[in-house]
Amino acid sequence: MWASALRAEGHERRLLLLGGLATLCVIVFMTVDAGGRWDFVLPFRGRKVATVLLVGYAIAVSTVLFQTVTENRVLTPAIMGFDTLYVLLQTCLLFFLGSRTVASLDPRLLFAVEVVVMVFFSGVLHRWLFWGGRRSIHLLLLTGVVMGVLFRSLSTFLQRVIAPAEFAFLEDRFFASFNNPDPDLLLVSAVMTVGVSLLGLRLLRTCDVLSLGRDLAINLGVDHRRAVSLLLVVVAVLVSVSTALVGPVTFFGLLVANLAHGLVRSHRHSHVLPAAIFLAVVGLLGGQLVLERIFSFGANLRVIIEFLGGLMFIALLMRGALR
Amino acid sequence: MSTRSPDSPPHLEAEGFARSEPAPSPAVRSRAPGATAGGALPLLAVAGLAVLVLAGVSLLIGVSHVSWDALLAPQENHRAVQVLVISRVPRTLALVLAGMSLAVAGLIMQMLARNRFVEPFTAGTAESASLGLLAVTIFAPGLPILARTAVAAGFSMAGTALFLLILRRIPLRSALVVPIVGLVLGAIFDATTTFFAYRFSLLQSLMSWTTGDFSSVLRGRYELLWGAFVLTVVAYVVADRFTVAGMGEAFTTNLGLSHPRILALGLAIVAMVTAVVVATVGMIPFIGLIVPNLVSLIVGDNARRSIPWVAVMGAGFVLVCDIAGRVVRQPYEIPVGTVAGVVGSLLFLHLLLRRDARVG
Repeated sequence: MWASALRAEGHERRLLLLGGLATLCVIVFMTVDAGGRWDFVLPFRGRKVATVLLVGYAIAVSTVLFQTVTENRVLTPAIMGFDTLYVLLQTCLLFFLGSRTVASLDPRLLFAVEVVVMVFFSGVLHRWLFWGGRRSIHLLLLTGVVMGVLFRSLSTFLQRVIAPAEFAFLEDRFFASFNNPDPDLLLVSAVMTVGVSLLGLRLLRTCDVLSLGRDLAINLGVDHRRAVSLLLVVVAVLVSVSTALVGPVTFFGLLVANLAHGLVRSHRHSHVLPAAIFLAVVGLLGGQLVLERIFSFGANLRVIIEFLGGLMFIALLMRGALR
Repeated sequence: MSTRSPDSPPHLEAEGFARSEPAPSPAVRSRAPGATAGGALPLLAVAGLAVLVLAGVSLLIGVSHVSWDALLAPQENHRAVQVLVISRVPRTLALVLAGMSLAVAGLIMQMLARNRFVEPFTAGTAESASLGLLAVTIFAPGLPILARTAVAAGFSMAGTALFLLILRRIPLRSALVVPIVGLVLGAIFDATTTFFAYRFSLLQSLMSWTTGDFSSVLRGRYELLWGAFVLTVVAYVVADRFTVAGMGEAFTTNLGLSHPRILALGLAIVAMVTAVVVATVGMIPFIGLIVPNLVSLIVGDNARRSIPWVAVMGAGFVLVCDIAGRVVRQPYEIPVGTVAGVVGSLLFLHLLLRRDARVG
């Protein structure tokens, strides 16, 4: 295997290395400090790893596809306000139903409702922003950010009137944590992820054409409108999966997608997507390892990602990536 | 141009701006100030009057019943007067002061950064101020409020300076990149604050002190805001310099003024105002953005002429948000920062997306 890896082309070798690193992370995560109690450790950690894999996959793929659709490396679903919409949804549910009702509801039903709302929102957003003539990318970005502020303000609006105990319940749901995944939710998410991935797989080559730009893609015979709509559904479902599982992670997708593009130096989605997924897994599992072993749960991953991703975003702007 | 109605509370300084004479300035004189400003002054008086009415409404609403009849009833030491003096008047004053100073701070930032979409909330100033407050709470919880505010002001000044530094190094300066950088920088500060607040279990108190909320304003707890008012007056006195600085570094230097010095002065005013407001009542987002933009549509960009307008309309905006927050869910109330966040972001989106937007 290693011999063939060495003979492979540059990007393929890097992909293999990344895959190896991701596998290593999984193995270390599963085995470190296990203390010999495998019957407990393996299922317990297995659920966490499954969550991480699912979330990493969802974030990486949704961001890369979103960037292809919007033809820009700085836009991500999270920056366009999806994550805060999720928080708003959760807050609304809690506000109108109460934590007891929310906890007793079938998580699958909740999840379905959330996905439908997110897909609807992305459709409206895209139709409104992208099809009304060519708007400036800065305008889009700022609109997305301000819509994030709007959703956040509305959530705060509701959060201010709920009791501290209820707030604690909500807090659990907001802050990305891989420690309490719900098995049912995990299963539903996995099924949905596989479903949209099959749809996405058929569009993989179309994606490569789309990334040449709208006009060129149309010229080459792509039904642009249809392809973009389908891809947006894929993105919305994946964003819903990741946020429903672990809460909003604003800048992580940006971090992963841009690192992947930088590392692979290929425009083929069949190269970029796996790289982004491996990077996401390395980042999330590695981050979780650092959190558990060094900070002993005293911090949370979302905040660290937000910090690093924000720095990366500003660095991208300073390098003139936003054109 | 008397704006004082006989029965309105005599404490509003808003109309004071309209009456004061422009201070003589060594900098350039604004172009024929009397001639052009003459038409706008009666309008400004009307706006001031409207704010006075709003302030009157703000005094009268609330859980405890206070009406003119109750106040006029001859009674020793009665409850309505106490409520008015201890709670209502300080609250209304605080609203007016915070609204005026934040709106003017936003205007100053917009001139210094030469960008219409900058304000303390979209440049990381407010977030770095609350990071400073958190640092004080964790490391020196016993400090008096003035020292806390001073630390917060230091933090917000550093944060804003960092923002301006990053702006200088960004190659393509579209008008819209600037607020994006500011908001992301704010998110980074926010992440840092949340990180430590989470570790020290201060998350919910962090939320309560970053959301602009006047419900805890009582006599003795808002007076620092007068400091913000003084800074606003200072800003008015040196307004011409900001106008000049808004024309660019080369232009300023050409007129014999030190651009870095004006920048530092403006930065100091903005940072101190923001820190004072965040420390006493929390952050009220978007005022510094919405109000100056609306005012510039009416009176243009001369700071000397627009500062009174910005101050009056800032006070009015905050009063409206607060009244709305108090009326919607009586007897509970929704913090003004949240109302302003919702209303402000909607207005901002409107500013951004209207067809003839001057977004350069």
